Amino acid sequence: MRAVSRRRVEPALESSADPIVMARGVRKSFDRAEVLHGIDFTVRSGEVSCIIGASGSGKSTFLRCINGLERIDGGELVVAGSHVGYTLREGRLHEWNPREMARFRQRIGMVFQQFNLFGHMTAAENVSCAAVKVRRMSKAAAAARTAKLLDEVGLSSHAGKYPHQLSGGQQQRVAIARALAMDPELLLFDEPTSALDPELVDEVLSVMKSLAATGMTMVVVTHEIGFAREVADTVVYLDDGLVVEWGPPQQLITNPTHARTQAFLSKVL
Amino acid sequence: MIAVIVLDVGETTAEADGREYPVVHLKHWGRWFVAALFLAIFCWLAYVYATSPNISWGQVGHYLFFPAILSGVKVTIELSLEATVIGLVLGVVLAVMRISRNPVTAGLAALYIWFFRGTPVLVQLIFWYNLALVFPTLSLGIPGTSAGLSWQTNSVMTGFNAAMLGLGLNLAAYAAETVRAGIQAVGAGQSEAALALGMTPSQRMRVIVLPQALRIIIPPIGNEFISMLKTTSLVYVVAGTDLMTNASHIYLTNGEVIELLIVASLWYLAMTAVATVLQTILERRFGEATQPRSSRLKLKSSLSSASSLMGR
Repeated sequence: MRAVSRRRVEPALESSADPIVMARGVRKSFDRAEVLHGIDFTVRSGEVSCIIGASGSGKSTFLRCINGLERIDGGELVVAGSHVGYTLREGRLHEWNPREMARFRQRIGMVFQQFNLFGHMTAAENVSCAAVKVRRMSKAAAAARTAKLLDEVGLSSHAGKYPHQLSGGQQQRVAIARALAMDPELLLFDEPTSALDPELVDEVLSVMKSLAATGMTMVVVTHEIGFAREVADTVVYLDDGLVVEWGPPQQLITNPTHARTQAFLSKVL
Repeated sequence: MIAVIVLDVGETTAEADGREYPVVHLKHWGRWFVAALFLAIFCWLAYVYATSPNISWGQVGHYLFFPAILSGVKVTIELSLEATVIGLVLGVVLAVMRISRNPVTAGLAALYIWFFRGTPVLVQLIFWYNLALVFPTLSLGIPGTSAGLSWQTNSVMTGFNAAMLGLGLNLAAYAAETVRAGIQAVGAGQSEAALALGMTPSQRMRVIVLPQALRIIIPPIGNEFISMLKTTSLVYVVAGTDLMTNASHIYLTNGEVIELLIVASLWYLAMTAVATVLQTILERRFGEATQPRSSRLKLKSSLSSASSLMGR
């Protein structure tokens, strides 16, 4: 992948840790309409980065590029030491086969806006399924781990229930446990509370906060500005497929410098 | 003379006075009338058939458990089951081929479906039975060497095998479209979640998509199976020994056409009843996870509620 844009934005927080996500000029088009016009973005291990912005600004698309659910059309995207979707060999990027892609994705968890729990499995089966089928973990070990994870998200008593028997907030907490079951190095959240009834948002956010406190590396696309302010190390404001502003929450949310950021925040705060 | 009619609609005003009043339920006279009418028609038809001098019910009873009929029932069941298994397995393969990104496999699957849905089953059965016209021998071996096995086509393509193959390959074309619809009805989010967890495309299909598609495709596949029970009657063209063929052999010699058709129909009805029960059990088993509880309860109590509806 050619590096299209060399516009470099230095991360606001200097950290000694290696970047786990490093995007340089990432471009993405759908049917010739470009939705990402050159995204620069860095997350280091242990950081929580929140991506905010209006609907259609490309936040979710960018997040989906990070674990290869979408293929980028230009720029550079290095995640956990790999060019997403490619192996660099003798100066060329060789496309991954499905097995290599799967192995890469095992290291990155994802939580979806619509939960996407597997409808034919109980909460416990949802959590243990990938560990058993993908990690080849023994059933007993997976069951013990599942019990622990469901306990962590406060759903021990709901292990045997099917998704349709759970509230949205409970489903999303199961989805978080499911992602954690793979011991990911990085956890992606795609608007995890946007499909929830207002009274259920907090139970999901509190699970995410305690995750962040354990040092989990997280990239969170969200409309919850309060969550971003409280938990994020870095907040990125995306507008129309470009990073408009980037910085620690106390700077970006409290004192945004860019007019477009100010306009957006005045609408959502 | 002018009649003055006063319509008494009772109390026109009501006040909340805190008292409990007994409720008088609406009498559904129309329901009772329609139910009685249809029952009467049904009883009359049953009476006419039972007492018709042209139908010898004694003969129906005599032939119902006749050895040739029983062996025909056995062949029909075997044929239906085996053809359905062939059809389902091949149908899943064709469905996956049809939605694959490889234009050649997708195109071949579409061609297969077009061809086998587009020609009469009767013709397909005759073709398989007469495979020896084109391939006098069938062999399994390594090309260019003499190693391998070889059979006379006519000894392999018995009436039963030709029928099984013909019906199975035909069903596969229909099953492929049913399975494809089932696969595509499983939301894209399920696929994405599976991929995001690090499943390979084939794991995603086997572990996540197909089990959920199964719930959707059981009713139409049950339809296909029930239809297959009766399509087996076409195998008379390949000298099959199914229920219908055996029944017709008997009535061609003794002339009791209606009686033997009734015997065959009673057996087909019995087989269909069993298949319907099995389908319901399967539906309940696979619907458990994904069906909202409320609609499941509705399904269960639909029979008892029918009677309570009438009672009111």
